[in-house]
Amino acid sequence: MPTKNFNKTPYALTAPGVLFFTALLGAPVVMTFVLSLHSYDFTTGIQSDWTLANYADVLGDSYFHKIFARTFGLGLLVTAICVLIGVPEAYVLSRLSSRWRSIFLLVVLGPLLISVVVRTLGWALLFGGNGILTMIAQALGFSDEPVSLMFTFTGMTIALVHVLVPFMVISVWASLQKIDPQSEDAALSLGASKFTVLRRITLPQAMPGILSGSIIVFALTASAFATPAIIGGRRMKVVATAAYDEYLSTLNWPLGATIAVLLLLANIVIIVSFNKLIERRYAKVFE
Amino acid sequence: MSFLRFESLKKEFGKFVAVRDMSLDVERGEFISLLGPSGCGKTTTLQMVAGLLQPTSGRILLDGKDITNMRPDKRGLGIVFQSYALFPHMTATENVAFGLEMRGVGKADRLARAHAALEQVRLSQFAHRYPKDMSGGQRQRVALARALVIEPPVLLLDEPLSNLDAKLREEMRIELRLLQQDIGVTTILVTHDQEEALSMSDRIVVMQQGDVAQIAAPLDLYERPTNTFVSDFVGTTNLLTGQVSQPGKVSVKGTDIDVDTASAGVGAHVTLSIRPEKFRLSDEKSNQEVRIDAAIFLGSSWLYRVTGQLGELFITQPNTGAAGYAKGDTAFLDWPKGALTLFEDAV
Ligand SMILES: Nc1ncnc2c1ncn2[C@@H]1O[C@H](COP(=O)(O)OP(=O)(O)OP(=O)(O)O)[C@@H](O)[C@H]1O
Ligand SMILES: [Mg+2]
Repeated sequence: MPTKNFNKTPYALTAPGVLFFTALLGAPVVMTFVLSLHSYDFTTGIQSDWTLANYADVLGDSYFHKIFARTFGLGLLVTAICVLIGVPEAYVLSRLSSRWRSIFLLVVLGPLLISVVVRTLGWALLFGGNGILTMIAQALGFSDEPVSLMFTFTGMTIALVHVLVPFMVISVWASLQKIDPQSEDAALSLGASKFTVLRRITLPQAMPGILSGSIIVFALTASAFATPAIIGGRRMKVVATAAYDEYLSTLNWPLGATIAVLLLLANIVIIVSFNKLIERRYAKVFE
Repeated sequence: MSFLRFESLKKEFGKFVAVRDMSLDVERGEFISLLGPSGCGKTTTLQMVAGLLQPTSGRILLDGKDITNMRPDKRGLGIVFQSYALFPHMTATENVAFGLEMRGVGKADRLARAHAALEQVRLSQFAHRYPKDMSGGQRQRVALARALVIEPPVLLLDEPLSNLDAKLREEMRIELRLLQQDIGVTTILVTHDQEEALSMSDRIVVMQQGDVAQIAAPLDLYERPTNTFVSDFVGTTNLLTGQVSQPGKVSVKGTDIDVDTASAGVGAHVTLSIRPEKFRLSDEKSNQEVRIDAAIFLGSSWLYRVTGQLGELFITQPNTGAAGYAKGDTAFLDWPKGALTLFEDAV
């Protein structure tokens, strides 16, 4: 037998991590997938047959189309707003003196230190019909009616942006840190105005951070549960809350599993193709 | 009036004085080096010329015009940074064309000029590479082309050769100097490498902790340094401390040495400087017998460390093809009159 120089060390070193993920992530995903292939009967429960009927149900039902469209629309909108807020925020942060920077970094990251449920309930208090938003609107004379953003798309968007902007800031900030400040000086000396330097030199170099931040924000929005559940409620269902309802209200576990699997697949397809796009565009430029 | 003029430039960072009082007149087409040890304020001076740092006081005049408060993007100077500072997301051509684009040069024209500039630095075949796929020397030349293509009145170079290996550095020195003479661009080079400064410059400004130690042409600087800092920093030298015993004689460790004592009075403590290559080491008897402590062969020359009446000395002798002295040999030391320089500051 020819002796191959087979190095076991990398496999041995990654084994604990692989086992951990197989047991705690892989197994439930596989079980969910298996579950989605069974049919469900309202009187006798989960059947032991094999069928794609659940997939046909979800894919053919305009009710679910709407929920999926809403989820990915929400994902795109939240991502876009996070880019608009997070990129300037990260840029300003990178220009502050180191003392102010650490203070503001704490402010930016602050939301991450609070449980997502607590934070979202805070928004619910603000958005509710007798919440602060209503008080302000009425005090300013904009409205006599109670103003409520509860159970609205706008409310969900605002609450999710608040939760997810820090991820964008961190990601963009990390790539801004890598920029050689002399490359900006060089552009200045070549006759570029400060704005041109920002647009042509700084921003393109921060692009990998913006794009990877977008992936993170999009993925977290598309699979977000707590915020849509509290702010969106039953009226503004997204895919994650729809799956939850199938499991716990209708008790139709196979259908819930089907929705979950479809969400996972859609997420993977979107993120992987976006990532491919980035790599094609930027891998040749950046190490 | 000179082309580029610094008038009492001063830069403070808080309480720290990075450049104390710098005055300099640079002629059109001249190649000036700012030479000094790390942290002496070379980059700071250059950045003030570039407009990237605001001087605390003093003025900078270019072609008779005060540019002290002019924005860097309006000065139009060509700069090559210590780190090259290429734009990583642009190819070599795009990097070079950027300055032209900022000047509103049309696309076809600026690509043609960028290619010509890349050709000038012999990089035509790398025109479409990104900086990360180029070697240090190639990046350096892209940076140079990028600075030259805008036809700047003044070229500022911040240690452009310091990241290159020894052989490439020597080649680039000659190339850069020839290119500069070809174009005739007024150039200020920052370096801490005295060989680089000596080989490339018309004049050298030696800096020491924010002060100008001496301004002179390379040969003058080497042969006639005006203080011990310069004589020690530029080239290598042997410094001997002694006392003027009578006019024309300095006593060093009990030995009287003939030297022009000039203004130094009898009894003054002085420092004598003599370059290693000014000595002659031979078997001919002289009044200086020395023992060879170490002999190092450098190819074109021998470097010896010897001990004699004057203490420890470093000596270089050209390699004539014959065997040199070996450790433990004795030899005799001689030097031409005038090889010694006397400084009135004692080290
Ligand atoms: N922004 C700054 N704030 C405070 N001190 C500074 C600043 N920039 C430079 N200095 C100080 O000024 C002095 C001169 O710096 P400069 O960069 O001009 O040195 P240099 O001669 O170019 O050295 P090197 O050969 O290492 O590049 C240094 O002591 C440095 O610490
Ligand atoms: Mg420097």
